[in-house]
Amino acid sequence: MAKKDTINALIRRGLDEEIAEKLAEEGLLLGDVRSASKEDLTEYLSDEEAKEVVNKVGKKKKKKKKKKKKKKKKVDDEKLEEIYDDKFEGLDGTAKKIKELSESKGYHMSHSVIKRLSEGIDDHEISEDEYEDLLEMVNERLNNRKIDSKESVGIVGAQSIGEPGTQMTMRTFHHAGVAEIGVTQGLPRMIEIVDARKVPSTPSMEVHLEEEIKGDKEKAKKIASRLEITRLKEIADVEIDIAETCVTIKPDKGRMKKEDIDIGEIAKKLNKKRGIKGEVEREKDAIKISVEEGKFSLLYETVEESKETKIKGLKGVERGVIRKVNDEYVIYTEGSNLEDVLKMDGVDMEKTITNSPTEIYQVLGVEAARKSIIREAKDTLDEQGLEVDIRHIMLVADVMTNEGELNAIGRHGVSGRKTSVLARAAFEITSQHLLRAAILGEEDKLDGVAENVIVGQPITQGTGAVKVKYTNPSKKDD
Amino acid sequence: MKRIRNTSKRIGSIQFAYMSPEEKRDLSATKIITPDTYDDDGFPVEMGLMDTHLGVIEPGLRCKACGGRVDECSGHFGHIELAMPVIHIGYVKEIKKLLRSTCSECGRLLLEEEQIKEYLERMSEMRRMGAGPIDIRYFAKDISKEARKNERCPHCRSEQRKIVLDKPSTFREEKTKLTPKEVRARLERIPDDDLWALGINPEVTRPEYMVLKVLLVPPVTVRPSITLESGDRSEDDLTHKLVDILRINQRLRENRDVGSPQLIVEDLWDLLQYHVTTYFDNQTSGIPPARHRSGRTLKTLIQRLKGKEGRFRQNLSGKRVNFSSRTVISPDPWLSINEVGVPIKAARELTVPLKVTPANIERSKELVENGPSPTKDGKYMAGATYMIRPDGRRIKVTETNSETVAEKIEPGFTIERGLQNGDIVLFNRQPSLHRMSMMAHEVKIVPGKTFRLNLAVCPPYNADFDGDEMNLHVLQSEEARAEAKVLMIVQEHILSPRFGGPIIGAIQDHISGLFFLTYNNPSFTRKEVVSIFSNLKTGRFPQAVEEDGERIWRGKDVFSYFLPEGFNIEFRASICEKCDECEKKGCEHDAYVVIEDGKLLAGTIDENAVSAFSGEIVDKIARDYGTDEARRFIDQVTKIALGVITLRGFTTTIEDEEIPEKAAEQIESVLRKAEKKVGHLVEAYKRGELEELPGRGQRETLEVKVMKELGKARDHAGQIASRHLGMSNNAVVMAKTGARASMLNLTQMAGAVGQQAIRGERPSRGYEERTLSHFKRKELGAKSKGFVRSSYKEGLDPLEYFFHSMGGREGLVDTAVRTSRSGYMQRRLINALEDLMVSNDGTVRNTADTIIQFMYGEDGIDPMRSKRGDALDMDDLIRDFKKRGDE
Repeated sequence: MAKKDTINALIRRGLDEEIAEKLAEEGLLLGDVRSASKEDLTEYLSDEEAKEVVNKVGKKKKKKKKKKKKKKKKVDDEKLEEIYDDKFEGLDGTAKKIKELSESKGYHMSHSVIKRLSEGIDDHEISEDEYEDLLEMVNERLNNRKIDSKESVGIVGAQSIGEPGTQMTMRTFHHAGVAEIGVTQGLPRMIEIVDARKVPSTPSMEVHLEEEIKGDKEKAKKIASRLEITRLKEIADVEIDIAETCVTIKPDKGRMKKEDIDIGEIAKKLNKKRGIKGEVEREKDAIKISVEEGKFSLLYETVEESKETKIKGLKGVERGVIRKVNDEYVIYTEGSNLEDVLKMDGVDMEKTITNSPTEIYQVLGVEAARKSIIREAKDTLDEQGLEVDIRHIMLVADVMTNEGELNAIGRHGVSGRKTSVLARAAFEITSQHLLRAAILGEEDKLDGVAENVIVGQPITQGTGAVKVKYTNPSKKDD
Repeated sequence: MKRIRNTSKRIGSIQFAYMSPEEKRDLSATKIITPDTYDDDGFPVEMGLMDTHLGVIEPGLRCKACGGRVDECSGHFGHIELAMPVIHIGYVKEIKKLLRSTCSECGRLLLEEEQIKEYLERMSEMRRMGAGPIDIRYFAKDISKEARKNERCPHCRSEQRKIVLDKPSTFREEKTKLTPKEVRARLERIPDDDLWALGINPEVTRPEYMVLKVLLVPPVTVRPSITLESGDRSEDDLTHKLVDILRINQRLRENRDVGSPQLIVEDLWDLLQYHVTTYFDNQTSGIPPARHRSGRTLKTLIQRLKGKEGRFRQNLSGKRVNFSSRTVISPDPWLSINEVGVPIKAARELTVPLKVTPANIERSKELVENGPSPTKDGKYMAGATYMIRPDGRRIKVTETNSETVAEKIEPGFTIERGLQNGDIVLFNRQPSLHRMSMMAHEVKIVPGKTFRLNLAVCPPYNADFDGDEMNLHVLQSEEARAEAKVLMIVQEHILSPRFGGPIIGAIQDHISGLFFLTYNNPSFTRKEVVSIFSNLKTGRFPQAVEEDGERIWRGKDVFSYFLPEGFNIEFRASICEKCDECEKKGCEHDAYVVIEDGKLLAGTIDENAVSAFSGEIVDKIARDYGTDEARRFIDQVTKIALGVITLRGFTTTIEDEEIPEKAAEQIESVLRKAEKKVGHLVEAYKRGELEELPGRGQRETLEVKVMKELGKARDHAGQIASRHLGMSNNAVVMAKTGARASMLNLTQMAGAVGQQAIRGERPSRGYEERTLSHFKRKELGAKSKGFVRSSYKEGLDPLEYFFHSMGGREGLVDTAVRTSRSGYMQRRLINALEDLMVSNDGTVRNTADTIIQFMYGEDGIDPMRSKRGDALDMDDLIRDFKKRGDE
């Protein structure tokens, strides 16, 4: 049986039946053949045959990909350095001066303040010798606006995001920027973001193109069509022939040309498809899949399977729409597959982005996920015309990514990981938390808000965090 | 028991543990054996469920365990000795894990000695590093999974058989049932040393305790019985359940002792297991919930704790309070934003404790002497309702005994007096979505029966006066009052921490009023100015100008009068037409506001100047001059605005949307053209000739195009209408200044209402292939898919009205769904973030002391003190800097 499978598998990969049989007779499995070099195969086959086998079945494609990846990575390192320089070292004249001066004075100024200040100074005329006074003034103002120690920023942040939630629309579908791609908006989207869903309800990517081709509409179209998933049923008529117990596939020539595929490729894809258990034969303008005689249920299965066969495109990407944004063609997609898009030629790896923080976390890591949460949440609020300070959103993102992975806001994420038993019990699934605390001998240190409210004593934030001790001076002596 | 007062003792920590049978017996005040509660005389039965050792619930009786009376004794636990052990339903999963990963013979963990050692070391390392309970549980789970793979015990070489859990609480070892007794015996064999690897802390518990031999009986105070009006006693659900347990327990014991057939004993044992299970959790899946005689399911232990109405959320996380009141609210422009009007009735009822000292003893005596409801010249005066002696006795002050009570007052006594002007109280409106939903106000006693508040504080509370009610809490300690006054008083919340802008400011008529005061700088006569200023308790007037020999006042000067000295600002007003090139100071619409050195030089005061949410002037005053100045400004400016608008008069009628006949004709033709165009689009669609939008089919393209076309038509109609609606029109004034409504509302009234949408699309459902039976099937035109071409003023025809209701209904459903969904999101957010706090070093940390942010918000700036999120307002900074340089 195994032998037969091997033969079939090899044939499906385009080998002659004869060769396939020969290899199978030698007891080789598909994996062996794939990893075998030409030299290994000459043991059983003629030189020419071996070459063919390696070409058709061998792993050479992978090698190519690896090379490409390496090349790209190098570029990344260089670019990374560049970015680093830009942010911390390569400040332009004014900014650099401000930074040095403020450091010498011992002022703490964030990067963004320095940047804004330098831009502001460029706009207004400030003479050189006034710099020192100005910086002093800036420092004073910054200090006046510092957050107070012991401030319960968490609650303020949560309220600041939750309160406008009541004003958000429930309307799920709205067209953001691109009319063709519907993206979840408003409250459902906000909930989705804090939930850290594996897959958002409307995943979408914004694919940017590399510098050289970003103005080229044709290239953009080509890449877009390579992204889009194309199934067999979209480009071909699939017919069933009961008399012959076979399926005939007649591809539409126009569509094939549009999608830039030829019939051979289609046959190949069909060969590779697992669910298709029949012999794929290529005729002139059609493909025939013959199924064992009399097995009609198998025949119907084959039709369905072949109709759904992915001919090209990336998994999950349903549609791609090209839009011109500031002299640049950008592809907006419905469906998301960041990992594979980044591997594609002609795609700008730095700018291309998806709207799913979870996917960004998987592909680019936790820091990128944090940024993604901030970006998505901010965009959602902005789109609704709600003003919320970015610091509140940053806090939420930082809480969600604090453990080095993405945690949802809720019982399965952040709330379930609280140190306090009482706080967890008060949130959700009360009984389990208490029962488990008992066998683990957990200790509730009563540091948090919920715990102290429960036992009825002042909380430890704000004015509750400090203790004032007063000794009556008249009683001091005794 | 003497109560400890005014101590600052804190509970340091709470240790959780699981009790052994011995501990339970030690804790128990009495053993419970009879299922009876009360005897025929109504006294609790000894060793029954209501035994007075367990505490007392009836006044007059004393607790036998501690001798305390009803309020003094909080109750004691009792215990039931179970005839046969039963499994604790909350720990079945844990027991399953333990049975599967330990040897059935020797009780050791089914791993090699070295492996166990290694795991134990890792476990103790994890604990040392402060791993949370979740990490420990997951690790223990992994270990037990690993152990389960061994089919033979590495220690005693005995073969392990597969154990399955037959839900809810029966264990089977390859089809043979394991009795709880056997389970307990196996758990007993697990050595302490292996327990840590299984996620159990041997210092606080042993696994065999999860199979119960002794059942604790909660104190009667936890399950009080209530006496109904008819005199019948009604027992608590828990008592009912305990009665069941006791009954079966007794029967089981008897049957076991007389040596009844195994089958009967086992049945009883199962029944006992059922009762104990439902006693803990009456919603265990797989077994029918225990019911009351009436058919209502019983609320047993877990049901008491769980969920929104459970002990934790209902009684522990939120608590009911005294010294509070609730009534309808109404507006009062004469109050300051810091004040709240409290009706006399409430002020008499709510009290503030007043500690009598040698310094205030005279005043205290006077208060009590005056009795509980004194008046002065027919006006309200605070009275005293109670006098409290140092031993805690409360003496009610009445009209008749007030003088005798007053004589007894000594330092150290406490008097509870009614509210008086200036008291600090907390005022709150639910839902309390942000901290501005609960602010401190100063009391002002007012007549009537409603709480009154200044209109400028409506936005933070999100209050209106269509029947809203609000709560008021009177603070009871000096410390609380001081904190409230410094941190919670309304003026400290003018700027919102959400976006760093004002949330308290002028609204509605305030804005219209200030518009009329400043737009194109009108003149006012002396009489008019007096009338406007009469709202203000100030003797002074702004500077007048001489014109034609008469003294007149210009509107902008009047407004400038309220600006602080040296105030500078420039911005665009809300009425700005957004011209291509801004003329700035020379704006022909008077829409560019310039204030220099506290003088309004140009521009109109409207929404962008003084309103809540976007008032630039309020914002800057609060930031630069402090909250006192900001409160003063808001108080005065809103009063003046009302003075102006009262003087001028302000109304709006349906005639405000009247447009000339010619304009109506124009609108008609625009709509007709649009409908024609839609007709063409439909034709093209039917022929399949529509040019498809990328990624859309014919039908979708048609919908998009039709929606666009009709939207354009509505806008165009609106434009035509608004051309005839000028600033002399009050409705337009409201829309343009941002006081209320928008131009869209007006154009819908004057022009056309436009397309109605359901889920963002044209209505399509209803009848087969048509929305209403008045249309042909598959009709796709404007009218048949919910385009309302009439204006609100003209009125809608029946079909339009129907479509409009569809849109309206969607809005209602939307709000209903939204409130619940966003409420839950906020609850989760609060719960996840509540413990975060800025520590002294500027980092943000949680209770585990983990750093969440190294510097709050990356720059350490308080959002409330930021200028709409920016740490620095550049223009402001440079201007101030230049000015300082000049001096």
